[in-house]
Order: sequence, then structure tokens, then C-alpha cells
Amino acid sequence: MTNADKNRLKDKAFQVFGVFCTFIGLVVLAIFLIDIIIEGASRIDWDFLTSLPSRRASRAGIYTAWVGTLWVLVLTSIIAFPLGIAAGVYLEEYSKKTKMANFLEINIANLAGVPSIIYGLLGMEMFGRIMGLGGSLLAGALTLSLLILPIIIVTTREAIKAVPRSIRDASYALGASKWQTTWNQVLPASFGGIMTGIILSLSRAVGEAAPLIVIGALAYVPFVPTSPTDEFTVLPIQIFNWTSRPQADFLVNAAAAIIILLLITFILNGIAVYLRNKWQKRVKW
Amino acid sequence: MLQFKRTTLNLAILLSGSLLLASCGGNSNTEEGGASNLTGDIQIDGSSTVYPITEAVAEEFRAEAPDVRVTVGVSGSGGGFKKFSRGDIDITNASRSIKESEANVAKENGISFLELPVAFDGLTVVVHPENDWVKDITVAELKKMWEPAAQGKIKKWNQIRPEWPDKEIHLYGAGVESGTYDYFTEAIVGESHASRGDYTASEDDNVLVQGVSTDPLALGFFGYAYYEENKAKLKAVPVNDEDETNGKGAILPSIETVKDGTYAPLSRPLFIYVNSKAAARPEVVEFVNFYLDNAGPLSEEVGYIPMPDEQYEAQKTKFQEFASGTSKKQ
Repeated sequence: MTNADKNRLKDKAFQVFGVFCTFIGLVVLAIFLIDIIIEGASRIDWDFLTSLPSRRASRAGIYTAWVGTLWVLVLTSIIAFPLGIAAGVYLEEYSKKTKMANFLEINIANLAGVPSIIYGLLGMEMFGRIMGLGGSLLAGALTLSLLILPIIIVTTREAIKAVPRSIRDASYALGASKWQTTWNQVLPASFGGIMTGIILSLSRAVGEAAPLIVIGALAYVPFVPTSPTDEFTVLPIQIFNWTSRPQADFLVNAAAAIIILLLITFILNGIAVYLRNKWQKRVKW
Repeated sequence: MLQFKRTTLNLAILLSGSLLLASCGGNSNTEEGGASNLTGDIQIDGSSTVYPITEAVAEEFRAEAPDVRVTVGVSGSGGGFKKFSRGDIDITNASRSIKESEANVAKENGISFLELPVAFDGLTVVVHPENDWVKDITVAELKKMWEPAAQGKIKKWNQIRPEWPDKEIHLYGAGVESGTYDYFTEAIVGESHASRGDYTASEDDNVLVQGVSTDPLALGFFGYAYYEENKAKLKAVPVNDEDETNGKGAILPSIETVKDGTYAPLSRPLFIYVNSKAAARPEVVEFVNFYLDNAGPLSEEVGYIPMPDEQYEAQKTKFQEFASGTSKKQ
């Protein structure tokens, strides 16, 4: 066997290994999905989506939970996206590379790895007690905003960094100010990447139960929230609650609720992917 | 047999009583407005163990007073008491009694409260169904395997009773944050929150069921409802408290033995705590009375063990005194 043959063999081996690694993740996901769908799909019907929680598994529904989840997602988006994107733009385009900026950068990256329960404790103290929001939707959304801000900031910066220097130079050469350059050139060009960050962060927010339980989100809420100051529950809390029940029927309910939660995530991600693709087509250099 | 007769008699009394109550309720509804006209919010939080009972009561209460918004959270017994002693919530669910430190905080904040037991739970000691050597166990033996001193030392079945096999013992129990853990250590070890640390712990009883049912050398404990739902995969162990006055020999947990108190010391009461300020509000009074009227059948439906009827009546009287006392003060 010549050296070239050996190298080719190595190349092939790595390719097989790579395919194997990719499939492990996919297979695990597939097994999980199939298991959940077999268990829960038959439980999903109109009543399940429009019924209030109940002690009888067959009568219990997730109406208040999925409405609560949507409320939280919308509020979190409204709060976190502008803050996160603005912070990313500032750090990348405006701030000078001082020690302070460096320090901020490291800390933001670290924040992305803080366990979510810590954000829950912070949120309870800051929003729940000091600001007096209690266990309201607004307190929950603010807490989740804190949780996802680091992800949005980091991905926004990466996306802005990827915009070629020449685009900025061209804009400046035409006499545009920094703000005009950022708004008309840099942001549109990096929108795809920013959107990816938003997808990731929303997917994280939608699955959180722990920080919301800490701030005082409830398990039994027999009414749909009508304003941001109302109390609420979300799907992950309902799922968590049902999986800890002794009766097996509640586990079926939990599986069905997981399917709905996945659907909400997929729909949100679908919208984001659609927007991203549409936007990227418009950017032409 | 005698027991059976007594319960049927009680049931008959309860039924006729509730019929009478229902008719009274009907009258007052038309005459003075009654429960259906009540409005307001009732905020409840606390133990996830008690949650299913309170959820069931709140669900039924919706039909009684549709304009009263009852919400229930699951912060755990400790989390519930924290909010309760700050005055954030009206009622808290608890699977253990309030601690002195928690009661002191309530006092500092000017909150007086009433403890009402609403049902029983029997902590059940279980082994794998293939385990043919454990026929019964004493409290002393349970202590020997669970106390802090057992850590790293008690590792085999025959260390607990010589005739048991020379095989490893695998322990499964409640996580240290749960009220279940506090109660079990208090009842078995004699000191709350003291046990060995080298056992498989989970706050989720379903995880413990899974563990014990797949491990032939396991011994674990959890709430009666989880045993009841998984009887086929588990074997309950009769517990002997070596107190002849309180039922002879080793006793298996069941609705009867928990209710009459012979399954000791592992049957525990479950509580709700009512804030006195809240008890001055008519919707809260109505809700708590409704709770005590219906906790028996509803707690059984969700897997717990009801108290004897006369105890519910006694709690109602206690609550009435408490509620009227506080409303006079204000």
C-alpha cells in the first residue's frame, strides 16, 4: 500500500466516522419523537387544546398552558430582541477595544452558560419582589429575557463581524455616518445570522420550566391571561407536573403536551427560517 | 368487619349530611346570594405532594363559585411557607408542619395562621417483586440502614438481619429538598433532615418506582399512590413499629391501616395552612369549608387516604372559630 492509498483510506475512515456521529444525534432525536408520538398523538384533540386543567387525566387540557406559553414568548421577544441586538451592535461597531470592553465581552460569553435556575432566583428577587411584579407574565418574560440576552448578543456580534469591511468602507466613502452605515448596510447584511441567534434563543426560552417555577408561575390556572400583569402557567410546567403524577394516564397527557410544545417550537423556527431565507435573497453585494 | 360497618355508616351519614348541606346551600343561594355570587382571587402555593388534592378541590369549586379565581402553584413545602410567611399567598399546601424558623418569620410579618390536616399519605417501603427474603421490617432495622452512621458501612442485606442474604443492598429514596424526606428521616432516624447520603435520590417518585422495579437488590420508599399505581412491579414491605398497643406485628400500608393509625410511624398527615387575613374574606371561608367538605372523596380519587369524617368535622369547627375570631378583630 502506498502512502497515497493510506491517506485515502484515512480520509474514507474519517468520512464514515463523521456520518456516524451525525446520525447518532439524529437517531436519538428520532427515537424520542417516535416514542412521544406513539404515546401521546392519540390524546390530542380539540378538547385537549381547549380544556382547563383537571384531576381527571381524560378531562384535563392544556388551554391555559399553551396560551401562557405564547404570551411569554411574545413578551420575551419584544423585550429581549431590541436589547440584545442593540447591545451586539454597540459592542461590535461602536465600543472601543478597551480593557473594559474586553471584560464585558468575557462576562457576556460566560452568562450564556449560567444555569437557568440562577436567572429564576435573580428574576424572583428583582422583578418579583423589588419591582413588585410577583408571579406575573411580565416578571416571567423579563426573567426569560435575561436568560436569552447573552445568546442574542453573542450571535448578533458574530453575524455583524461576518459583514465584509469593504461594505462599511464603501458606505463611509459615500459620506454616510456610522449610524447610516449600520442601519442601511451592516444590519440588513447580517440579518440572517441575527435571525439564527433569535431562533436558538427562543427555542431555549420555550422549554424552560425551572426559572419560571422559581419566580412563581403556577401549575393550576383556570383562566387565560388577558394582560401582562396576570398570573400564568406554561407548557413545560404542566408537562413537568404531569410526569410526576402516579397515574399512568397523566404520562400520556404529558406526551401529548410535549407534542404541542414541539409544534410551537417548530412553527416559530419555521417562521424564523422563512424570514431569514427571504432576507438573504435580497442582500446582494 | 366492624371497621367496614363503621365506614358504611359514616358514608351514609356523610351522604345524608351533604344532601342536607346541599339543600341548605340551595336555599341560601336564592335568599342571600350565597357562594355563586362570590368574587375574588385565592392564591395557593406550596407542596407538590398536596397539589393534586388542592387542584381537585379548586376544580370542583369552580362549579360552586365560578367568579372566584383560585390559582395553585408548586413551589414545594419550603417555598410555599416562604411565600406564606411573607403574606404573598392566602393558603399554602404542606406535606410537613411549619418549622419554628418559618413560623417566626410569619410572626415578624404580623401573620397568624391555622394548620388544617386534609388527608393522609402512607409512605410505603418497597422492594423488587423477586425479593423473597424480606417478609417484614422493623423501624429499628430501617433506622440502621438509613441513619447517617450507615454511610459507607451498611452495604449488604445480612448486615441488617443475619438471615438475609450476603448481597449488596441498593437504597432509593426521596431527594433532600422534599417534605417526604423530612418526614421519613424524622419518623425513622428520629431527626429531621438526617440520613446517609449514599443512596439514589430523586424528587420525582416515578423515578424511584422505575429504580426499585428494575433492581432486584433495591429497597426504597415513596408515597402510597405511587405504590398503588405500580403494584404489579413492586412489593410493599410490612413495617413493624414494635409497639403492641398500636397494631400487632408488621403492618402493610392500606387505606384502612393508614386511616386508623396502625400503619405507624410512616403515615403522615398532609396540610393546608390558612392566613388569618385571608380567612376574613368570604370567598376564602367558602373555599376552605368546601375543601374540608370534599377533601375525603377527592383525596381518595387522586391517590391519597382520607381522614375519618369526624376529623373533617372537627377541622371545620376549628376553622370556623379561627375565621370568626379574625373577622371580629378587623
